[in-house]
Amino acid sequence: MARITASVYTSHVPAIGAALDLGKAGEPYWQKVFSGYDFSKQWLKDNTPDVIFLVYNDHANAFSLELIPTFAIGCAAEFAIADEGWGPRPVPVVKGHPELAAHIAQSVIQDDFDLTIVNRMPVDHGLTVPLSLMCGQPQAWPCPVIPFAVNVVQYPVPSGRRCFNLGRAIRKAVASFDAPLKVQIWGTGGMSHQLQGPRAGLINREFDTAFLDQLIADPATLAQKPHIDYVREAGSEGIELVMWLIARGAMSDNPPKVAHRFYHVPASNTAVGHLILENT
Amino acid sequence: MALDKPYQDVPGTTIFDAEQSRLGYHLNQFCMSLMKAENRARFKADERAYLDQWPMTEEQKQAVLARDLNWCIRLGGNIYFLAKIGATDGKSFQQMAGSMTGMTEEEYRDMMIAGGRSIEGNRVVGEDGDAQPHRQPQGKSQQKAGA
Repeated sequence: MARITASVYTSHVPAIGAALDLGKAGEPYWQKVFSGYDFSKQWLKDNTPDVIFLVYNDHANAFSLELIPTFAIGCAAEFAIADEGWGPRPVPVVKGHPELAAHIAQSVIQDDFDLTIVNRMPVDHGLTVPLSLMCGQPQAWPCPVIPFAVNVVQYPVPSGRRCFNLGRAIRKAVASFDAPLKVQIWGTGGMSHQLQGPRAGLINREFDTAFLDQLIADPATLAQKPHIDYVREAGSEGIELVMWLIARGAMSDNPPKVAHRFYHVPASNTAVGHLILENT
Repeated sequence: MALDKPYQDVPGTTIFDAEQSRLGYHLNQFCMSLMKAENRARFKADERAYLDQWPMTEEQKQAVLARDLNWCIRLGGNIYFLAKIGATDGKSFQQMAGSMTGMTEEEYRDMMIAGGRSIEGNRVVGEDGDAQPHRQPQGKSQQKAGA
Protein backbone atom coordinates (compact mmCIF):
# COMPACT_ATOMS: atom_id res chain seq x y z
CA MET A 1 0.00 0.00 0.00
CA ALA A 2 1.10 3.57 -0.64
CA ARG A 3 1.55 5.91 2.30
CA ILE A 4 2.16 9.57 3.04
CA THR A 5 5.49 9.89 4.79
CA ALA A 6 5.87 13.63 5.24
CA SER A 7 4.55 17.05 4.29
CA VAL A 8 6.42 20.14 3.19
CA TYR A 9 5.06 23.69 3.37
CA THR A 10 6.58 26.67 1.63
CA SER A 11 5.85 30.03 0.06
CA HIS A 12 6.16 30.10 -3.73
CA VAL A 13 7.14 33.71 -4.50
CA PRO A 14 7.93 34.17 -8.24
CA ALA A 15 10.90 36.45 -7.52
CA ILE A 16 12.62 33.51 -5.79
CA GLY A 17 12.54 31.61 -9.08
CA ALA A 18 13.78 34.66 -10.96
CA ALA A 19 16.65 35.15 -8.47
CA LEU A 20 17.73 31.55 -8.98
CA ASP A 21 17.34 31.59 -12.75
CA LEU A 22 19.25 34.88 -13.12
CA GLY A 23 22.13 33.76 -10.89
CA LYS A 24 21.33 36.14 -8.02
CA ALA A 25 20.95 33.46 -5.35
CA GLY A 26 24.27 34.42 -3.77
CA GLU A 27 23.31 38.05 -3.18
CA PRO A 28 22.82 38.90 0.52
CA TYR A 29 19.13 39.74 0.01
CA TRP A 30 18.42 36.29 -1.46
CA GLN A 31 20.94 34.37 0.63
CA LYS A 32 18.74 35.12 3.65
CA VAL A 33 15.89 33.33 1.87
CA PHE A 34 17.82 30.40 0.41
CA SER A 35 19.72 29.67 3.63
CA GLY A 36 16.42 28.60 5.15
CA TYR A 37 16.31 25.75 2.63
CA ASP A 38 19.85 24.36 3.05
CA PHE A 39 18.57 21.82 5.55
CA SER A 40 15.59 21.04 3.33
CA LYS A 41 17.65 20.20 0.25
CA GLN A 42 19.68 17.67 2.20
CA TRP A 43 16.54 16.34 3.89
CA LEU A 44 14.90 15.75 0.50
CA LYS A 45 18.01 13.92 -0.76
CA ASP A 46 17.89 11.70 2.33
CA ASN A 47 14.13 11.26 2.12
CA THR A 48 13.35 11.22 -1.60
CA PRO A 49 9.78 10.00 -2.05
CA ASP A 50 8.42 8.02 -4.98
CA VAL A 51 5.87 10.74 -5.72
CA ILE A 52 5.24 14.33 -4.62
CA PHE A 53 1.61 15.46 -4.49
CA LEU A 54 2.07 19.20 -4.88
CA VAL A 55 -0.75 21.54 -3.86
CA TYR A 56 -0.38 25.00 -5.38
CA ASN A 57 -2.36 27.62 -7.21
CA ASP A 58 -2.23 28.71 -10.80
CA HIS A 59 -1.73 32.47 -11.24
CA ALA A 60 -3.73 33.13 -14.42
CA ASN A 61 -1.44 30.97 -16.52
CA ALA A 62 -3.02 27.56 -17.14
CA PHE A 63 -6.46 28.90 -16.30
CA SER A 64 -7.80 32.21 -17.58
CA LEU A 65 -11.30 33.43 -16.77
CA GLU A 66 -12.64 30.98 -19.35
CA LEU A 67 -12.50 28.18 -16.82
CA ILE A 68 -12.00 28.42 -13.05
CA PRO A 69 -11.85 24.99 -11.39
CA THR A 70 -11.81 25.05 -7.60
CA PHE A 71 -9.70 21.88 -7.40
CA ALA A 72 -7.82 20.55 -10.46
CA ILE A 73 -5.76 17.37 -10.39
CA GLY A 74 -3.09 16.88 -13.04
CA CYS A 75 -3.37 13.33 -14.37
CA ALA A 76 -0.98 13.61 -17.34
CA ALA A 77 2.41 11.95 -17.81
CA GLU A 78 4.10 15.32 -18.31
CA PHE A 79 3.47 19.00 -17.62
CA ALA A 80 5.09 21.83 -19.57
CA ILE A 81 6.57 24.89 -17.84
CA ALA A 82 4.31 27.92 -18.33
CA ASP A 83 5.40 31.14 -20.02
CA GLU A 84 4.01 33.66 -17.53
CA GLY A 85 4.95 36.61 -19.69
CA TRP A 86 8.68 36.68 -18.93
CA GLY A 87 9.37 33.42 -20.87
CA PRO A 88 9.21 29.91 -19.33
CA ARG A 89 11.52 29.29 -16.35
CA PRO A 90 14.59 27.26 -17.43
CA VAL A 91 13.73 24.29 -15.23
CA PRO A 92 13.14 20.60 -16.03
CA VAL A 93 9.79 19.49 -17.37
CA VAL A 94 7.53 18.03 -14.67
CA LYS A 95 6.84 14.31 -14.97
CA GLY A 96 3.51 13.21 -13.54
CA HIS A 97 2.28 9.96 -12.05
CA PRO A 98 -0.89 9.19 -14.03
CA GLU A 99 -1.68 5.90 -12.24
CA LEU A 100 -1.68 7.39 -8.74
CA ALA A 101 -3.32 10.62 -9.90
CA ALA A 102 -6.19 8.77 -11.56
CA HIS A 103 -6.59 6.60 -8.47
CA ILE A 104 -6.73 9.64 -6.17
CA ALA A 105 -9.23 11.36 -8.50
CA GLN A 106 -11.50 8.33 -8.48
CA SER A 107 -11.36 7.93 -4.70
CA VAL A 108 -11.66 11.61 -3.74
CA ILE A 109 -14.55 12.32 -6.14
CA GLN A 110 -16.42 9.42 -4.61
CA ASP A 111 -15.77 11.08 -1.25
CA ASP A 112 -17.84 14.06 -2.50
CA PHE A 113 -15.03 16.43 -3.55
CA ASP A 114 -15.59 17.66 -7.10
CA LEU A 115 -12.14 17.53 -8.62
CA THR A 116 -11.56 18.67 -12.18
CA ILE A 117 -9.38 16.19 -14.02
CA VAL A 118 -6.79 17.94 -16.17
CA ASN A 119 -4.58 16.29 -18.74
CA ARG A 120 -3.07 19.39 -20.28
CA MET A 121 -1.86 22.02 -17.85
CA PRO A 122 1.29 24.12 -18.05
CA VAL A 123 2.60 24.60 -14.51
CA ASP A 124 3.66 28.02 -13.26
CA HIS A 125 5.87 29.39 -10.47
CA GLY A 126 3.38 28.18 -7.87
CA LEU A 127 4.61 24.66 -8.58
CA THR A 128 8.15 25.18 -9.87
CA VAL A 129 9.43 27.57 -7.18
CA PRO A 130 8.82 25.06 -4.35
CA LEU A 131 10.62 22.40 -6.40
CA SER A 132 13.53 24.79 -6.97
CA LEU A 133 13.72 25.69 -3.28
CA MET A 134 13.76 22.04 -2.24
CA CYS A 135 15.91 20.62 -5.07
CA GLY A 136 18.14 23.46 -6.26
CA GLN A 137 18.89 23.37 -9.98
CA PRO A 138 18.97 19.70 -11.04
CA GLN A 139 18.85 18.34 -14.61
CA ALA A 140 15.65 16.48 -13.71
CA TRP A 141 13.32 16.65 -10.72
CA PRO A 142 14.01 13.80 -8.27
CA CYS A 143 10.65 12.04 -8.68
CA PRO A 144 7.25 12.29 -10.39
CA VAL A 145 4.98 15.12 -9.26
CA ILE A 146 1.18 15.23 -9.23
CA PRO A 147 0.14 18.89 -9.64
CA PHE A 148 -2.96 19.81 -7.67
CA ALA A 149 -4.17 23.33 -8.47
CA VAL A 150 -6.53 25.17 -6.12
CA ASN A 151 -8.43 28.31 -7.08
CA VAL A 152 -7.38 31.02 -4.66
CA VAL A 153 -7.53 33.82 -7.26
CA GLN A 154 -11.26 34.39 -7.69
CA TYR A 155 -13.45 34.53 -4.60
CA PRO A 156 -14.95 32.62 -3.06
CA VAL A 157 -12.02 30.26 -2.67
CA PRO A 158 -12.52 26.96 -0.81
CA SER A 159 -12.72 27.32 2.96
CA GLY A 160 -9.98 26.12 5.28
CA ARG A 161 -12.34 23.49 6.62
CA ARG A 162 -13.04 22.12 3.15
CA CYS A 163 -9.32 22.07 2.34
CA PHE A 164 -8.53 20.22 5.55
CA ASN A 165 -11.23 17.61 4.88
CA LEU A 166 -10.02 17.26 1.29
CA GLY A 167 -6.59 16.46 2.70
CA ARG A 168 -8.13 13.68 4.74
CA ALA A 169 -9.80 12.28 1.62
CA ILE A 170 -6.45 12.37 -0.20
CA ARG A 171 -4.85 10.51 2.72
CA LYS A 172 -7.49 7.79 2.43
CA ALA A 173 -7.05 7.60 -1.34
CA VAL A 174 -3.27 7.22 -1.12
CA ALA A 175 -3.62 4.49 1.53
CA SER A 176 -5.79 2.43 -0.83
CA PHE A 177 -3.34 2.53 -3.76
CA ASP A 178 -2.01 -0.94 -4.33
CA ALA A 179 1.73 -0.29 -4.63
CA PRO A 180 4.31 0.38 -1.93
CA LEU A 181 4.87 4.04 -2.79
CA LYS A 182 6.22 6.65 -0.42
CA VAL A 183 4.30 9.87 -1.07
CA GLN A 184 5.02 13.37 0.16
CA ILE A 185 2.37 16.05 0.08
CA TRP A 186 3.44 19.67 -0.25
CA GLY A 187 1.28 22.66 0.57
CA THR A 188 2.47 25.94 -0.95
CA GLY A 189 1.72 29.67 -1.12
CA GLY A 190 1.52 32.40 1.52
CA MET A 191 2.48 33.51 4.01
CA SER A 192 1.17 37.01 4.69
CA HIS A 193 1.26 39.22 1.61
CA GLN A 194 -0.85 41.62 -0.39
CA LEU A 195 -0.05 42.50 -3.99
CA GLN A 196 -2.72 45.07 -4.71
CA GLY A 197 -4.05 48.47 -3.75
CA PRO A 198 -2.83 50.99 -1.19
CA ARG A 199 -2.44 48.15 1.37
CA ALA A 200 0.13 46.35 -0.86
CA GLY A 201 3.16 45.19 1.09
CA LEU A 202 1.24 44.11 4.17
CA ILE A 203 3.12 41.64 6.37
CA ASN A 204 1.84 40.20 9.65
CA ARG A 205 4.55 38.29 11.45
CA GLU A 206 2.38 37.67 14.48
CA PHE A 207 -0.36 36.08 12.38
CA ASP A 208 2.14 33.95 10.46
CA THR A 209 3.85 32.71 13.61
CA ALA A 210 0.54 31.75 15.19
CA PHE A 211 -0.50 30.04 11.95
CA LEU A 212 2.67 27.92 11.91
CA ASP A 213 2.24 27.00 15.59
CA GLN A 214 -1.36 25.98 15.12
CA LEU A 215 -0.75 24.16 11.85
CA ILE A 216 1.67 21.91 13.71
CA ALA A 217 -0.26 21.44 16.96
CA ASP A 218 -3.96 21.93 16.28
CA PRO A 219 -4.81 21.97 12.57
CA ALA A 220 -8.45 20.96 13.07
CA THR A 221 -9.10 24.19 14.97
CA LEU A 222 -7.02 26.22 12.50
CA ALA A 223 -9.20 24.84 9.70
CA GLN A 224 -12.20 26.67 11.20
CA LYS A 225 -10.60 30.08 10.56
CA PRO A 226 -12.89 32.02 8.17
CA HIS A 227 -11.69 33.64 4.94
CA ILE A 228 -12.12 37.14 6.28
CA ASP A 229 -9.50 36.52 8.96
CA TYR A 230 -6.91 35.65 6.30
CA VAL A 231 -7.83 38.67 4.16
CA ARG A 232 -7.89 41.14 7.03
CA GLU A 233 -4.86 39.83 8.94
CA ALA A 234 -2.62 38.25 6.28
CA GLY A 235 -3.48 40.31 3.19
CA SER A 236 -5.64 39.59 0.17
CA GLU A 237 -3.11 37.10 -1.22
CA GLY A 238 -2.43 35.59 2.22
CA ILE A 239 -5.57 33.55 1.56
CA GLU A 240 -3.24 31.13 -0.27
CA LEU A 241 -2.50 29.67 3.17
CA VAL A 242 -5.70 27.58 3.00
CA MET A 243 -3.73 25.31 0.67
CA TRP A 244 -1.41 24.38 3.52
CA LEU A 245 -4.43 22.81 5.24
CA ILE A 246 -4.85 20.32 2.39
CA ALA A 247 -1.34 19.00 3.01
CA ARG A 248 -1.84 19.03 6.78
CA GLY A 249 -5.16 17.17 6.51
CA ALA A 250 -3.41 14.43 4.57
CA MET A 251 -1.07 13.75 7.49
CA SER A 252 -1.73 11.17 10.18
CA ASP A 253 -3.77 12.15 13.25
CA ASN A 254 -0.71 11.51 15.43
CA PRO A 255 1.38 14.58 16.32
CA PRO A 256 4.00 15.05 13.56
CA LYS A 257 7.73 15.38 14.02
CA VAL A 258 8.81 18.93 13.14
CA ALA A 259 11.93 18.30 11.05
CA HIS A 260 12.44 21.94 10.03
CA ARG A 261 10.93 25.38 10.51
CA PHE A 262 11.92 28.67 8.88
CA TYR A 263 10.47 32.16 8.57
CA HIS A 264 11.86 35.24 6.87
CA VAL A 265 10.67 38.66 5.70
CA PRO A 266 10.82 39.63 2.87
CA ALA A 267 11.08 37.90 -0.47
CA SER A 268 9.87 40.64 -2.77
CA ASN A 269 6.37 41.43 -1.38
CA THR A 270 5.99 38.35 0.77
CA ALA A 271 6.71 36.68 4.09
CA VAL A 272 8.43 33.35 3.47
CA GLY A 273 7.35 30.47 5.70
CA HIS A 274 8.56 26.90 5.53
CA LEU A 275 7.91 23.72 7.49
CA ILE A 276 8.79 20.06 7.11
CA LEU A 277 6.56 17.71 9.10
CA GLU A 278 7.16 13.96 9.22
CA ASN A 279 4.53 11.39 10.01
CA THR A 280 5.31 9.49 13.20
CA MET B 1 -31.23 39.16 -0.45
CA ALA B 2 -27.72 40.56 -0.79
CA LEU B 3 -24.81 38.17 -0.35
CA ASP B 4 -22.59 38.55 2.68
CA LYS B 5 -19.33 40.28 1.71
CA PRO B 6 -17.49 40.86 4.97
CA TYR B 7 -14.32 41.88 3.11
CA GLN B 8 -15.66 45.22 1.93
CA ASP B 9 -14.43 47.12 4.99
CA VAL B 10 -10.77 46.12 4.58
CA PRO B 11 -8.91 49.33 3.69
CA GLY B 12 -6.97 49.65 0.44
CA THR B 13 -8.14 46.25 -0.74
CA THR B 14 -10.43 45.05 -3.54
CA ILE B 15 -11.45 41.41 -3.40
CA PHE B 16 -11.70 39.80 -6.82
CA ASP B 17 -15.05 38.11 -6.39
CA ALA B 18 -17.55 36.86 -8.94
CA GLU B 19 -18.97 40.37 -9.40
CA GLN B 20 -15.54 41.95 -10.06
CA SER B 21 -14.69 39.03 -12.33
CA ARG B 22 -17.83 39.64 -14.37
CA LEU B 23 -16.99 43.35 -14.73
CA GLY B 24 -13.41 42.64 -15.65
CA TYR B 25 -13.82 39.65 -17.93
CA HIS B 26 -12.65 41.26 -21.17
CA LEU B 27 -9.99 43.38 -19.44
CA ASN B 28 -8.48 40.27 -17.85
CA GLN B 29 -8.74 38.22 -21.03
CA PHE B 30 -6.93 41.00 -22.90
CA CYS B 31 -4.18 40.66 -20.29
CA MET B 32 -4.01 36.90 -20.88
CA SER B 33 -3.42 37.51 -24.58
CA LEU B 34 -0.10 39.15 -23.62
CA MET B 35 1.29 35.75 -22.65
CA LYS B 36 2.13 35.25 -26.32
CA ALA B 37 5.29 37.00 -27.52
CA GLU B 38 3.76 38.02 -30.86
CA ASN B 39 0.79 39.64 -29.07
CA ARG B 40 3.14 41.53 -26.76
CA ALA B 41 4.90 42.88 -29.83
CA ARG B 42 1.61 43.90 -31.49
CA PHE B 43 0.42 45.60 -28.30
CA LYS B 44 3.68 47.52 -27.91
CA ALA B 45 3.59 48.62 -31.55
CA ASP B 46 0.14 50.26 -31.23
CA GLU B 47 -1.48 49.94 -27.81
CA ARG B 48 -4.69 51.74 -28.68
CA ALA B 49 -5.29 49.67 -31.84
CA TYR B 50 -4.62 46.45 -29.95
CA LEU B 51 -7.01 47.41 -27.15
CA ASP B 52 -9.69 48.33 -29.66
CA GLN B 53 -9.82 44.69 -30.74
CA TRP B 54 -11.23 43.81 -27.33
CA PRO B 55 -14.82 44.47 -26.17
CA MET B 56 -13.56 46.40 -23.13
CA THR B 57 -15.15 49.61 -21.87
CA GLU B 58 -13.48 52.87 -22.88
CA GLU B 59 -12.62 53.47 -19.22
CA GLN B 60 -10.89 50.10 -18.97
CA LYS B 61 -8.81 50.96 -22.03
CA GLN B 62 -7.88 54.33 -20.53
CA ALA B 63 -6.86 52.66 -17.28
CA VAL B 64 -4.58 50.26 -19.18
CA LEU B 65 -3.04 53.04 -21.28
CA ALA B 66 -2.39 55.02 -18.07
CA ARG B 67 -0.87 51.89 -16.45
CA ASP B 68 -2.93 52.83 -13.38
CA LEU B 69 -3.29 49.44 -11.69
CA ASN B 70 -5.58 50.71 -8.93
CA TRP B 71 -7.90 52.04 -11.60
CA CYS B 72 -7.72 48.74 -13.51
CA ILE B 73 -8.61 46.85 -10.33
CA ARG B 74 -11.61 49.07 -9.63
CA LEU B 75 -12.86 48.17 -13.12
CA GLY B 76 -12.61 44.44 -12.51
CA GLY B 77 -8.95 43.74 -13.16
CA ASN B 78 -7.10 41.16 -11.09
CA ILE B 79 -3.45 41.54 -10.20
CA TYR B 80 -2.37 38.15 -11.58
CA PHE B 81 -3.88 39.05 -14.94
CA LEU B 82 -2.66 42.66 -14.84
CA ALA B 83 0.82 41.29 -14.16
CA LYS B 84 0.95 40.32 -17.84
CA ILE B 85 0.95 44.04 -18.70
CA GLY B 86 3.76 44.53 -16.22
CA ALA B 87 5.68 41.66 -17.79
CA THR B 88 5.22 43.25 -21.20
CA ASP B 89 6.67 46.48 -19.77
CA GLY B 90 9.53 44.59 -18.11
CA LYS B 91 8.29 45.27 -14.57
CA SER B 92 8.61 42.96 -11.57
CA PHE B 93 5.79 42.10 -9.18
CA GLN B 94 7.41 44.34 -6.59
CA GLN B 95 7.43 47.30 -8.98
CA MET B 96 3.79 46.65 -9.83
CA ALA B 97 2.68 46.28 -6.22
CA GLY B 98 4.64 49.35 -5.19
CA SER B 99 3.09 51.43 -7.98
CA MET B 100 -0.32 51.07 -6.32
CA THR B 101 0.82 52.74 -3.10
CA GLY B 102 2.18 56.01 -4.49
CA MET B 103 5.60 55.24 -3.00
CA THR B 104 8.72 55.33 -5.12
CA GLU B 105 10.24 51.98 -6.00
CA GLU B 106 12.98 52.57 -3.46
CA GLU B 107 10.60 53.60 -0.68
CA TYR B 108 8.48 50.50 -1.23
CA ARG B 109 11.49 48.19 -1.34
CA ASP B 110 12.84 49.73 1.86
CA MET B 111 9.47 49.25 3.58
CA MET B 112 9.56 45.54 2.65
CA ILE B 113 13.15 45.09 3.86
CA ALA B 114 12.17 46.76 7.14
CA GLY B 115 9.52 44.07 7.66
CA GLY B 116 6.68 45.19 5.40
CA ARG B 117 3.61 47.28 5.96
CA SER B 118 2.25 47.05 9.50
CA ILE B 119 -1.17 45.57 10.11
CA GLU B 120 -1.79 48.09 12.89
CA GLY B 121 -4.40 50.62 11.84
CA ASN B 122 -4.93 48.76 8.55
CA ARG B 123 -7.49 46.12 9.51
CA VAL B 124 -10.74 48.05 9.13
CA VAL B 125 -11.73 51.21 7.26
CA GLY B 126 -11.87 54.10 9.71
CA GLU B 127 -8.62 53.36 11.58
CA ASP B 128 -5.52 55.50 11.04
CA GLY B 129 -3.01 53.17 9.33
CA ASP B 130 -1.02 54.14 6.25
CA ALA B 131 -3.29 52.16 3.87
CA GLN B 132 -6.40 54.12 4.88
CA PRO B 133 -8.13 56.27 2.23
CA HIS B 134 -7.39 59.58 4.01
CA ARG B 135 -3.65 58.87 3.90
CA GLN B 136 -3.32 58.33 0.13
CA PRO B 137 -1.18 58.56 -1.84
CA GLN B 138 1.75 57.38 0.21
CA GLY B 139 5.40 58.28 -0.20
CA LYS B 140 7.42 61.41 0.40
CA SER B 141 7.28 62.82 -3.13
CA GLN B 142 3.50 62.46 -3.23
CA GLN B 143 3.06 64.13 0.14
CA LYS B 144 5.17 67.10 -0.94
CA ALA B 145 3.24 67.38 -4.18
CA GLY B 146 -0.04 67.33 -2.32
CA ALA B 147 1.05 69.78 0.39
